[in-house]
Amino acid sequence: MSELPASRDVARLSKQETERQSIDYQAFPDTGGHYGSYGGRFVSETLISALDELQRMYQQLKADPEFQAAFDYDLAHYVGRPSPLYLAERLTAEVGGAKIWLKREDLNHTGAHKINNTVGQALLAKRSGKRRVIAETGAGQHGVATATVAARLGLECVVYMGAEDVARQSPNVYRMKLLGATVVPVESGSKTLKDAMNEAMRDWVTNVEDTFYIIGTVAGPHPYPQLVRDFNTIIGREARRQCLTQFGQLPDALVACVGGGSNAIGLFHPFLTDSTVAMYGVEAGGEGLDSGRHAAPLNTGVPGILHGNRTYLMEDEDGQISPTHSVSAGLDYPGVGPEHAWLKDIGRVRYVTADDQEALAAFRKLTHNEGILPALESSHALAYSFKLAMQMSREQHIVVNLSGRGDKDIFTVAAIDGIEI
Amino acid sequence: MTENTSLKNRIDIRFAALRSSGRKALVSYIVAGDGDNTVALMHQLVSSGTDLIELGVPFSDPMAEGPVIQRAHERALANKTSLRRCLKLVEEFRQQDQNTPVILMGYANPIERMGAEVFADGMATAGVDGALTVDLPAEEAEPLNQLLKKRDLHNIFLLTPTTSDARIAAVTRLASGFIYYVSLTGVTGAGHLNPDSVAEHLTRIRQHTDLPLCVGFGIKDGASARAASAHGDGAVVGSVLVAAIGNAENDVAAQDRIGIITNEIRTALDR
Repeated sequence: MSELPASRDVARLSKQETERQSIDYQAFPDTGGHYGSYGGRFVSETLISALDELQRMYQQLKADPEFQAAFDYDLAHYVGRPSPLYLAERLTAEVGGAKIWLKREDLNHTGAHKINNTVGQALLAKRSGKRRVIAETGAGQHGVATATVAARLGLECVVYMGAEDVARQSPNVYRMKLLGATVVPVESGSKTLKDAMNEAMRDWVTNVEDTFYIIGTVAGPHPYPQLVRDFNTIIGREARRQCLTQFGQLPDALVACVGGGSNAIGLFHPFLTDSTVAMYGVEAGGEGLDSGRHAAPLNTGVPGILHGNRTYLMEDEDGQISPTHSVSAGLDYPGVGPEHAWLKDIGRVRYVTADDQEALAAFRKLTHNEGILPALESSHALAYSFKLAMQMSREQHIVVNLSGRGDKDIFTVAAIDGIEI
Repeated sequence: MTENTSLKNRIDIRFAALRSSGRKALVSYIVAGDGDNTVALMHQLVSSGTDLIELGVPFSDPMAEGPVIQRAHERALANKTSLRRCLKLVEEFRQQDQNTPVILMGYANPIERMGAEVFADGMATAGVDGALTVDLPAEEAEPLNQLLKKRDLHNIFLLTPTTSDARIAAVTRLASGFIYYVSLTGVTGAGHLNPDSVAEHLTRIRQHTDLPLCVGFGIKDGASARAASAHGDGAVVGSVLVAAIGNAENDVAAQDRIGIITNEIRTALDR
């Protein structure tokens, strides 16, 4: 702080920084579900009454201590929270630089952060009295987490999954079937997550009277981005407490992968007002941003409207949604949660990328050095944290959201290695 | 609405004429760029009894459509049919037909990408009379609504069986041209019409507006069109026409088939 900023860029950045300090992040979204110009409710008329009903119910339950107690109970005794904050010592030594701490969402029941949200939405579904739940899934983690809570509550469950993802995530497909869910492969469009979401929306519009749609990420029409965020902020609230207890200060940086962005917002949100904490959301760089084969709307996209909200999208000059690519099915999505779009514009979070090769290398590095198999999605966050750690001092601390475990990905990695298992 | 001489929009002129002759409106939907000659298909629809053409603007993610119309969107996109191209097609249609109202039915993102003002100007220049944007409900429609109003163009809104009375009041305040009543909860091309339910909901809507009420979804033939429009002002037919175009070997065959279907429905409506 002894040096005065010289360049105009720095002066502008610090002005934005000063403006940011006065933002009340809890005030977002507004009553219409907007985060700045993003978010909102862009759906057909048929769904409006169901969304109104969900919003009313959620506002009421959010303030209800009994509901919060039931949610906390399930997180503790069913999900297995709190998840540890683990100092990856060998990995840190291997990378060389800041200390890398892993928020172990991979240790949750069903192996990812997705269960935080489905446990919460299951409580909403139960209150709504609807007997059928539906979900879209990419990697299958949200599908498994939905099938799990549906089995526990005795609800009928239908999961839509892109046909390409069904092929590359077969262990999760079978897990969902064991849990009693019907998995519907979606053959339209690019046969991945966005098409699964289209199909889930079509199911919901048809069966809206008796069906609860459990959306798996912080996208979709209001109030979904808000409630999925709220259910996942347990990640950041725990991590903040754990940082203060385990190393006596706030972390210098947070890193999380961003597909739709639910694990990232869950970690980031409770730290947004802590201006010393830098945040990095890592999008899928696929085969490289120049190749066009990636899934990085915040890095390369433009604002547009898809799946019920306004956000950054990958699209062509006519507004048609572009096909995406990532080695990880869970990041293979052309849009992103609207709150991330806003956090990008105001400069609070930096959105960066890690490509397929970097993610695979990070997958191997964590496995070899720590005995932890990360999901390919989370491996993108790891890959970027290595770059960051190398530029930081040994006294600094990075928290990486290890959002899921990688058992589901061993077939993908084996195939890349040319091994048949 | 009462002073016919002051009507500037083809939709208003057409419904005023239909009302005075006691006839129901036949609204026909096809997807722009599905097939090789959209303009010829439009003229065919008119010559076999269509009052108002709804031209579908193809989108990569048509969330409200059933499989039949989804595939038409995919075919049209394979033919490189952009929103810009759709405006051109209407302009071409207008060279021969100055009277039949045309509305563009599609999704918000292509409009967002073009820019709402450019879109509104493009509609006015091409001779489009209204827009129906499936994923632009009343809450988000105000900017486009203002732009259209300034140009005497209509923003057509959907009402559905799940729309509450309070919402019907709010939507009808914004709406102009006509109201499209979606007869069932579902995607296009699915389900069967329930005439009793339609009658009940149209009565409810009628308490809030004098706008023409057209009923769509679940209309497959003359009988269902007649039943649907019994308590309203018109019927919308889409998936059966789109299926006929999709199944036709060539454009001439497609024209023949949609001509037969439209004629049958027209005859039933006028009976």
